[in-house]
Amino acid sequence: MNKQGRCPLTTSQIIDEYFIENRTRILDVAAYLDRLLRSANSQPAGEDFRMQAFEQALHILSSTEPNKVDHIQLVFSDPTTELKAHLDTKSASGAWNPVPEVR
Amino acid sequence: MYYIEMHGHMVSRTTDDYREMAMAGCVAVSEPAFWAGWDRQSADSFDDYFRQLTDFEPKRASQFFIRHVSWLCLNPKEGEDRRLTAEVLKRIPKFLDRPNVVGIGEIGMNRVTRNEVDTFIDHIRLALDYNQMILIHTPHLEDKYKGTRVTIDNLVKFQNLDPNRVLIDHAEEHTVGMILEHGFYTGLTLYPNTKVSLARAVDMIEKYGPDRITISSACDWGPSVPTAVPQLMLEMRRRGHSEELIRKLVFENPLKFLMQSGKFELPRLDIHATVSHTAP
Ligand SMILES: [Zn+2]
Repeated sequence: MNKQGRCPLTTSQIIDEYFIENRTRILDVAAYLDRLLRSANSQPAGEDFRMQAFEQALHILSSTEPNKVDHIQLVFSDPTTELKAHLDTKSASGAWNPVPEVR
Repeated sequence: MYYIEMHGHMVSRTTDDYREMAMAGCVAVSEPAFWAGWDRQSADSFDDYFRQLTDFEPKRASQFFIRHVSWLCLNPKEGEDRRLTAEVLKRIPKFLDRPNVVGIGEIGMNRVTRNEVDTFIDHIRLALDYNQMILIHTPHLEDKYKGTRVTIDNLVKFQNLDPNRVLIDHAEEHTVGMILEHGFYTGLTLYPNTKVSLARAVDMIEKYGPDRITISSACDWGPSVPTAVPQLMLEMRRRGHSEELIRKLVFENPLKFLMQSGKFELPRLDIHATVSHTAP
């Protein structure tokens, strides 16, 4: 499968078009992380499996490797293929929990 | 530019939404059966829903010269209930020869349980028995990768299944490749906050090429934008893509896919002329 298709815009055109909206997104992520540090109970966010995946995603973001979005998608994904014996919850939580709580 | 909305849960939308979509160029909507946001209590409730999808909605759409087609099933969010599934599956065949029914869908998994897979397989068998096309939902968020893999693993076991008549929807960066590699159609569904954005959808089109990719808003009762497909057209123009490429994605690909049902036609004569050139 060809995954090397190029964007028709040049590098500077891409920056001109998309820089400001992505600058805003980075500020939103920064503010979210700051908000966690200001939480009412000061509980470390890193104890939550979702934030552990988030941390890994941030590492991929700051690397120079290509296909960052594919790799980050996999960081948040359940890598197994074993079928669940029963429905645990109706809705997904956004990150895979390697140690699911007993419900 | 004319476009086809490949995945819209119009029962949850207003008549004003139909008008907005029509004004933005929408000429057809394909509506898969879906979860109401709460569990239905009996198979009778599905009967009423199927009547709404096959009688009331096509009339509502036709006021705006939009052709409405629908897909019937018990949706993945309720697929865990095997008893209800058996009841609903018995009732689907009597709706299949309604003029706007193009297939079985959107079936698939939610949390990828054993029962969900069994329900999925029952629907595939029903579709094959009645020579119906198939529209498949893939789970969201952390379940998407696993759910898509399990979906494809189960589909390939059916040797008499033509992948060209199956659309595996809600593809994202980590699943679009495996869907296309197996010869299925796929769909990129544009959500305002939580899933695929306009920019990422165009990135995937650039990476994988336009063949067998369709675009939709997947608008329903949750946060969603019924005119997301025309928004994607604008995003593609912003990137400098040709009108020809845009038209292929938003009109020709879904048209080619839906025409395989043998029941799909467009509501106005000038568009009909276009169909004869692009039909397979
Ligand atoms: Zn849907």
